[in-house]
Amino acid sequence: MLTVTPQHFLILSFLLVGIGFFGLLIRRNVLLMLMSLELMLNGINVALLTFARVGNNLDGGIFVFFIMTVAAAEVAVGLALLVALYKKRQSVLSDDMALLKN
Amino acid sequence: MSMVDLLFWIFAALSVGGGLCMVFSRHPVSAAMFMIVSLVGVAALFVLLESFFLAVLQVLVYAGAVMVLFLFIIMLLDVGPDAAKQKITNWKTGVFGFVTVILLVSLLVMLGNSSDYMGEGTTTWPSLNQDAASADQTLPFSTKVSSFGYGLMTKYMLPVQISGFMLLAAMIGVIILSKKTVQQKDEGL
Repeated sequence: MLTVTPQHFLILSFLLVGIGFFGLLIRRNVLLMLMSLELMLNGINVALLTFARVGNNLDGGIFVFFIMTVAAAEVAVGLALLVALYKKRQSVLSDDMALLKN
Repeated sequence: MSMVDLLFWIFAALSVGGGLCMVFSRHPVSAAMFMIVSLVGVAALFVLLESFFLAVLQVLVYAGAVMVLFLFIIMLLDVGPDAAKQKITNWKTGVFGFVTVILLVSLLVMLGNSSDYMGEGTTTWPSLNQDAASADQTLPFSTKVSSFGYGLMTKYMLPVQISGFMLLAAMIGVIILSKKTVQQKDEGL
């Protein structure tokens, strides 16, 4: 049925992780940085599911489930930290959160 | 080119393009919208990989709950668009971004050129045995939700409980973080 190979899915997952990491590096807005983290986790999920499907093993699928759980908790805590920081600094840019730099 | 291949290319383009637009969009709200497009594309790819339950979960949890949370925070903080020309903070970030791209390209070339079974792209998709809950310890890949639940409740019982505890800890942490700090006044007891 599916004539695209697992390689296609793996290259796609590399691309998603790369785009997410690139966004994490170049964006200054912490909200965008958190979204880039989500994109990286999605790329990892695609790779895990591909290997689960090819290896005929459900462990990868269950691991994707746990990654989703951790990602949801991570976003909740990260955004709460961001709101707490915004109350102090009135900014969501990472440049304004460099108190410990130098 | 069969229909499924066409769907793969469409949804791969959707997820990668949505991700790229998310990274390069100036306004956070439009970035969140592009992120939803990307996440739905990934959910469709999960369907192509025959993990229907995880695809539904992806749409519900990511495109539903997580992105609504993001949009809620964007509205709450009233974040405007970033100033143009100030996206790249300094040269160091640019250098690391460049190194990232080089690493990614070299990985892709390695994956495309290696002569092992991955490189040739001839790995076949194994046929599925839908009988869930087989007696041996390895869980076979199945499209059924029941085999998913069987795996969660037997082999992965401890991780399920740990992740539940982690969610509880995250919830308490978020409540404490976002609580209004009350100034303790010593007015006597």
